[in-house]
Amino acid sequence: MDVEIRDIHKRFGAVRANAGISLRVTAGTIQGVLGENGAGKSTLMKILSGFQPADRGEILLDGRMAHIGSPADAIRAGVGMLHQDPMDFPAFRVIDDFLVGRPGGISLSPGQARRELQAQAEHFGFSLEPNREIARMTVGERQQLELLRLLWQGAGVLILDEPTTGISAPQRETLFAILRQLAAEKKTVLFVSHKLDEVERLCHRVAVLRQGRLVGEESAPFDTAQLVRLMFGKEIVVSAPRSTAREETVLTLEGIEVEDARLHVGPTSLEVRAGEVLGLAGMEGSGQSLLLRVCAGLMSPVAGRLLLDGHDMTHRPYRSFHDRGVAYVPAARLEQGLVPGLSLTEHVLLSERHRGPLIDWKRGRAKTARRIHDFNIRGEPDNTVESLSGGNQQRALLALVPDPARLLLLEHPTRGLDVESTVYIWSKLKQRCTQGTAIVFVSSELEELLRYGDRVAVLFSGRVSAPVSAALTSVEELGELIGGKGLEPAA
Amino acid sequence: MNRQPSQPETRPETVGGDNTSTTPVAAHTPRSALGRTGLSRGALNVAFQAGAFLVALVITTLVLLVAGAPPFAAYGEIVRGAVGSLQSLADVTVAWVPLVVCTFGLLVTFAAGLWNIGVEGQIMLGAVFATLVLRLLQDTNAPAWLALTLAISAAMVGGGLWAVLAGVLKAFGGVNEIFGGLGLNYVATALSLWLIFGPWKRPGVGSMSGTEPFPEQLWLPQFSGLRLSPWGLGLAVLAVVIVGVALSRTYFGLKLKAVGRNMRAAFLLGIPTWQYVLAAFLVCGLMAGLAGGIQVTAVYHRLIPSISSGYGFLGLLVAMLVRYRALWAAPVALFYAALNIGSIQLPIVLKLDSSLAGVLQGVLVLCVILAEGARQRLLHRPVSELPAPQEPGRGAPEHATPVEDAL
Repeated sequence: MDVEIRDIHKRFGAVRANAGISLRVTAGTIQGVLGENGAGKSTLMKILSGFQPADRGEILLDGRMAHIGSPADAIRAGVGMLHQDPMDFPAFRVIDDFLVGRPGGISLSPGQARRELQAQAEHFGFSLEPNREIARMTVGERQQLELLRLLWQGAGVLILDEPTTGISAPQRETLFAILRQLAAEKKTVLFVSHKLDEVERLCHRVAVLRQGRLVGEESAPFDTAQLVRLMFGKEIVVSAPRSTAREETVLTLEGIEVEDARLHVGPTSLEVRAGEVLGLAGMEGSGQSLLLRVCAGLMSPVAGRLLLDGHDMTHRPYRSFHDRGVAYVPAARLEQGLVPGLSLTEHVLLSERHRGPLIDWKRGRAKTARRIHDFNIRGEPDNTVESLSGGNQQRALLALVPDPARLLLLEHPTRGLDVESTVYIWSKLKQRCTQGTAIVFVSSELEELLRYGDRVAVLFSGRVSAPVSAALTSVEELGELIGGKGLEPAA
Repeated sequence: MNRQPSQPETRPETVGGDNTSTTPVAAHTPRSALGRTGLSRGALNVAFQAGAFLVALVITTLVLLVAGAPPFAAYGEIVRGAVGSLQSLADVTVAWVPLVVCTFGLLVTFAAGLWNIGVEGQIMLGAVFATLVLRLLQDTNAPAWLALTLAISAAMVGGGLWAVLAGVLKAFGGVNEIFGGLGLNYVATALSLWLIFGPWKRPGVGSMSGTEPFPEQLWLPQFSGLRLSPWGLGLAVLAVVIVGVALSRTYFGLKLKAVGRNMRAAFLLGIPTWQYVLAAFLVCGLMAGLAGGIQVTAVYHRLIPSISSGYGFLGLLVAMLVRYRALWAAPVALFYAALNIGSIQLPIVLKLDSSLAGVLQGVLVLCVILAEGARQRLLHRPVSELPAPQEPGRGAPEHATPVEDAL
């Protein structure tokens, strides 16, 4: 299906999210939409998929004017959107979720739907068990389900908003293969991303947005430097950071084992030194988050000992960890990290140790203004956190980490951030390391693990490898480790 | 880790459809669609509230017409009944005291995201404890000031304990505070009835008029000729100011708000969450108990069956009406107290039931909340979406990861 958007405008208060964007995409094209955080990509896609009305502008599908006022209109017109966070029903089973968006009458035919689901899944090489509970599936699997549902509903145009955040590398490869297959079947794919390498590998054409405007269109093969210039209006130099590891040990794990309903992790023994950065790699759900939570005191290990600066902290509550300078930054910003409805100032006040019961609002605001400046947050001290964009929320979350901290535990610290923000955040984190802070972080970006980690430990279905030196490991080697090579099978 | 109380399912904020900051800190408001209408945000807010008030009056008037009563005479009677004489002004203040104290207590539980429906029972327990202390001391040589101080302190302890009980049920028993509070209200009612008709009954037979009144020296001193006690009023104002300051200017208030809005994030920020949930219940219970204590020592001078007079539930209405902003709670509570007192004469003068005040009070809350919803729908939306619109799925809890189970 051919898609044409003409002169789309959208404002949010003073912010011009889309300032007159026009774009043509012909059927069978994988069209990349590239831009840094806040460039207007998501807004444009939401307008196209009916989640938001445009202030002005037109959308034409196969040359005919389309009136898209709601997501239901969009899917009827053949436009389906796959959101960054899966928009499914965690309490449902796969088959229920599949059926729920199906138009056409009251009577469901579960048997037929089940057959169609399985046929579709087979067609694309997915394995989706119809009776599985969605809450127990990985983000990648939920994405596959969502994709099938949209196609089943007859989507001819598929919009994918940052689809590779939060899914494992093999799942990403599967996804890319499917998108190529869909394009070959004359579907139109709009692939929204800020990851240059993915766009370069996958897309036929790329449109680059900056500050709400279309600043350029390129065709494959792409010139990376040119894309970066278009995205940022300047070139970004990524310098390899130096290790700041010191002699003293901050965190010691001795034969730690941890488990939840699904997974048993360990036993593992690790040491993290002051100023050192340890990356935890592995496919989503291999146990890295469990391990991180044990280090934060949010879960108790089922075996082994955990020491912080030589003090035995095994089975101590989170508060004791917190008091010893352990800071945990979760991946889910608005669900776990920030308090919607409270302002940045209020967050800063909450994150600080305070003397006396009274709040000095003036000092709090001044302090917040400094943090906003230091962490390059686009917002005011009195802005509520939910009014910030995703990237700014992430920066705000990191700005709240107490200073000084002894051990930082970060879950996907740069997930959803563009290159510039990632570089910036890591420069702030590395600054902490020079002061002796140890960092343990989970990431699914291999490049990030190797560039910013001093050592990387790989988890594979609960087994933890001995950490490898980041400097001596290539992306390919790390990828193989993540795939389970080199780890002895569990006894 | 599983000791954490579950996230309160009901957030008071969502009732008013209000997602903006309720802090005294003026929320930063970027220019928006409102700017184009040429009216300031404040003026529009006032316009919507005034509109809501008018609609509520119209609906109440219709109710009066249906009932075959002259609306304007009824309204005139309410106004006369409330502000017509020094006596009636004093009576309004007498009604305002427990109402405003309860409302401020409820602002604390609302800040923590809790629906303290049990506030009525907490008032009753306050009254029961005050009565108990006075009954024990009335035949001793204890000086009146000591007896009264102990009685009011005991009232606060009683209300506080009853509230903490609801809190413990929630934090450790998994009983939603709405159900727990409702149940405890019935228990409190039963308890006070049993006392009035059983152990504390008047010589001879127990009666609905309550226990034997205390000797006059155990009454909180009143202004001569009026039912209003300067002590009761002073205690109420003091308590309200303390709670108001605690909510807006202390870390305690801020932490409560964080717990109420996102318990998981609050926990990760190092706030002991269930302790704060209990503390919110405790403070509200202390306030409700104080209200009950004042009703016993300054108003009724005995325990009567419905000593709470519904001020707890009315306080819930007031708190919702002012959308949990402390600054507005005191004057609106005064207005509601005036409606209550003003309508007392209605049955006598116009043969109307005095529940007319209740009709107006309830309709007013509904209209104001509706107007707030309408305001957000019509004007506010672009602002709340600035600058990065929330994905429609963002607000809902998602990916039930084990972290969430762990917290």
